Amino acid sequence: MPKIIVEIMPKQDLLDPQGKAVANALHRSGHNEITNVRIGKRIELHFDRAITQGDLDAAKEIASSFLSNDVIEDVVAITKED
Amino acid sequence: MRVTNVDTVTQAFEESDKDQPWKELGLKEDEYQSIKDILGRRPTSSELAMYSVMWSEHCSYKSSKIYLRQFGEKVTPEMKKDLMVGMGENAGVVDVGEGLAVTFKVESHNHPSYIEPFQGAATGVGGIVRDILTMGARPVAVMDQLRFGAPESADTARVVHGVTAGISFYGNCLGLPNIGGETVFDKVYQGNPLVNALAVGVMKHEDLKLAKATNPGDLVILFGARTGAEGMAGVSVLASETFDSTGPTKRPAVQVGDPFAEKVLIECCLELFYAGVVAGIQDLGGAGISCATSELASNGGKGMRVQLQDVLLRDDSLTPEEILMSESQERMMGIVPKESLEAFEAIVNKWEVEYSVLGEVIDEDRLYINWGDKEIVNVPPRTVAHDGPVYNRPVAYPSYQDALNANSSSSLKRAENPAELAAQLLAILSSPNQADKSWVTAQYDKYVMGNTALAMPDDAGMVRVSEETGLGITIATDANGKYCQLDPQQGVKLALAEAYRNVAVTGAKPKAVTNCLNFGSPENPEVMWQFKEATQGLADGCLELGIPVTGGNVSFYNQTGDVAIYPTPVVGVLGVIDDVARRIPSGWQDEGNNIYLLGETRDELDGSAWAETIHSHLGGKPPIVDLKKEEQLAQLLHGAAIQGLIESAHDISEGGVAVAIAESCLRFNVGARIWLGDLIDRDNIDMTAALFSESQARVLVAVGREDDVKFQALCEARGVPCVRIGVTDKESEALEIQGIGTMQLNEVREGWAKALPELFG
Repeated sequence: MPKIIVEIMPKQDLLDPQGKAVANALHRSGHNEITNVRIGKRIELHFDRAITQGDLDAAKEIASSFLSNDVIEDVVAITKED
Repeated sequence: MRVTNVDTVTQAFEESDKDQPWKELGLKEDEYQSIKDILGRRPTSSELAMYSVMWSEHCSYKSSKIYLRQFGEKVTPEMKKDLMVGMGENAGVVDVGEGLAVTFKVESHNHPSYIEPFQGAATGVGGIVRDILTMGARPVAVMDQLRFGAPESADTARVVHGVTAGISFYGNCLGLPNIGGETVFDKVYQGNPLVNALAVGVMKHEDLKLAKATNPGDLVILFGARTGAEGMAGVSVLASETFDSTGPTKRPAVQVGDPFAEKVLIECCLELFYAGVVAGIQDLGGAGISCATSELASNGGKGMRVQLQDVLLRDDSLTPEEILMSESQERMMGIVPKESLEAFEAIVNKWEVEYSVLGEVIDEDRLYINWGDKEIVNVPPRTVAHDGPVYNRPVAYPSYQDALNANSSSSLKRAENPAELAAQLLAILSSPNQADKSWVTAQYDKYVMGNTALAMPDDAGMVRVSEETGLGITIATDANGKYCQLDPQQGVKLALAEAYRNVAVTGAKPKAVTNCLNFGSPENPEVMWQFKEATQGLADGCLELGIPVTGGNVSFYNQTGDVAIYPTPVVGVLGVIDDVARRIPSGWQDEGNNIYLLGETRDELDGSAWAETIHSHLGGKPPIVDLKKEEQLAQLLHGAAIQGLIESAHDISEGGVAVAIAESCLRFNVGARIWLGDLIDRDNIDMTAALFSESQARVLVAVGREDDVKFQALCEARGVPCVRIGVTDKESEALEIQGIGTMQLNEVREGWAKALPELFG
């Protein structure tokens, strides 16, 4: 199924409590080689036809205005899968 | 990779005429000049960062200070008797008996909550809870006072959803009950919602802690969360100076909170307090390390030597200026005697809280901060923390005021028949401001910790503070922006009167006051006039009632363009009840209770919910306030509670007797038969005034038949006017008002309950 994948991460400068909690848990279980964890989200937009450039442009707009909160998050990637 | 090109004290001497971005940091030219006069040189960029943030309106209270002094001056020795800590500390502390003390405070988080409603409101809760913790107390409850824009506006929904979710997220994760607050909608708050957060904590007298560094040699320790680049968009002007073009330039203006880290910090701090290993403590909120270091040193009359490179960072690229100003959450600064360091470390390690020793207290009136081997700050701490600028800003009587006051509600058309009156009652009851607030409060945990005796929708929140004796405290907060717009001095007394009455109707004895004064720009003389009037009214009112102001917060610049919000001074009153088992509920529960209206009713509809909802009108003069009568009424209720004479009591405020009756019915779904004829005859008013007037010093009480004679005698002895206006009728499940008709309770409930879910669900 054709889909557009939007990846969103918390802004680099902001605290990511979820990532911090997971990093602490990893350290407790011995994975000390991992220095930090940050957790974002992956959103799939599905289509029942081939994806056009117009769809990608629209997805870009949706990603920044609707799917993410630009005060605390960044859209880091928008890709398509056929 | 640490930043190396920092501006040092040596450079400040050498490059004395370097251009500095004082203006961009919000300083005025004369303020920049006084910094230079204090130091005898230009400030380093780190010093400039510290002074600019500490001398900001938010931290220095420079426009409000001359008015806030009245709260400390207009007091009698009797009022100070139970006040253990007054104005000026992180929060006021009141002796409530049995060796226990209570600390409470309200703070604003308005602007951050507009930019990022969820995190703004969440960190507002976190910040006020740390203020309470800093006094040595265990936080036991929170409340929130919210003002949003017009309910039907799309942006209002964004703010409402974010703010309520943020409050519930942070508070629920912390495990603190949210026991009340306010939710008000008005278009004046459209671009400037108000998010005020209150917290209350309990401690034993001997656990009281102060934010002071008094002992030279004691260690300065920063503990809790790491420092990151948060809440410092303002400082980016300095960052852009230090960074080359490839470095980060835009820092986030908001903070992200972590309630689980805060919960651990609370338990860790309480254990540190009980172990007696901290000599002084300060939470980090606005102005971060700048504020904590300078205030601790200044309060203790000592100095401090700090190595800023020892601050634990989330991101190594932070500049010293950014570290000094960062508002990262969940951090505390402790002053720890050297011999207690080992005990301190054992406790923080147990809680897995990170810490670093930054330096020590010195016997010198100086705050030295180093970046590696470079000295970047060398200032007298008092000049940063307490001796900031003080302004006596111009005040001017508003040009619109007379016209506003002349435009009274007397010409508004009143209902002419029973059907119209009934329709108005239902319209007011289902208007967003009077409607059921469960949609908001159901998101909050009210009962966690197991000590909540009363919470929303009761008039006030009540928690038990001693499980042995049942000793409890009650808190109510109120503010009516419309009344304050009509007359700020009277308006704030009305807020005080209502909060006081709301505490009294629970059977508790009002004891102390806190406030959060939300206003427009102090640079507008008309706003400054409102502020002057309001502070005077509050100080006078508290003196008259004999309860002290223990502390508070001022939030200025709440305006969009030139349009300021209504002056919105939120007044919180704390009361004490000997045993929460003797509390008075707010709703009717039993069959056949007599319903009495205490107090007098005048034709006072200016600024009322009736004028707003039915006629979209605001003008005239707010209701008359008589604090002596409020006091009499409170004493009567207290006496009746002790004797167990009252089955329920409900404050009469917005929406008048009509809304109070409906709420009393809906609380436990108990109907009533109401007749207002005796009231109308006695007070010489019409049906509209009887139903909707917002006259003060009135309470609706339900009294069992067996206590009727005693109760009436008590009213007579205390000189409180009392008229019977009805009787509860449990079986009917209807509200019958003579001369208007009978309404089924489920019909009354429907419009009242669905208003907010329909807007925001």
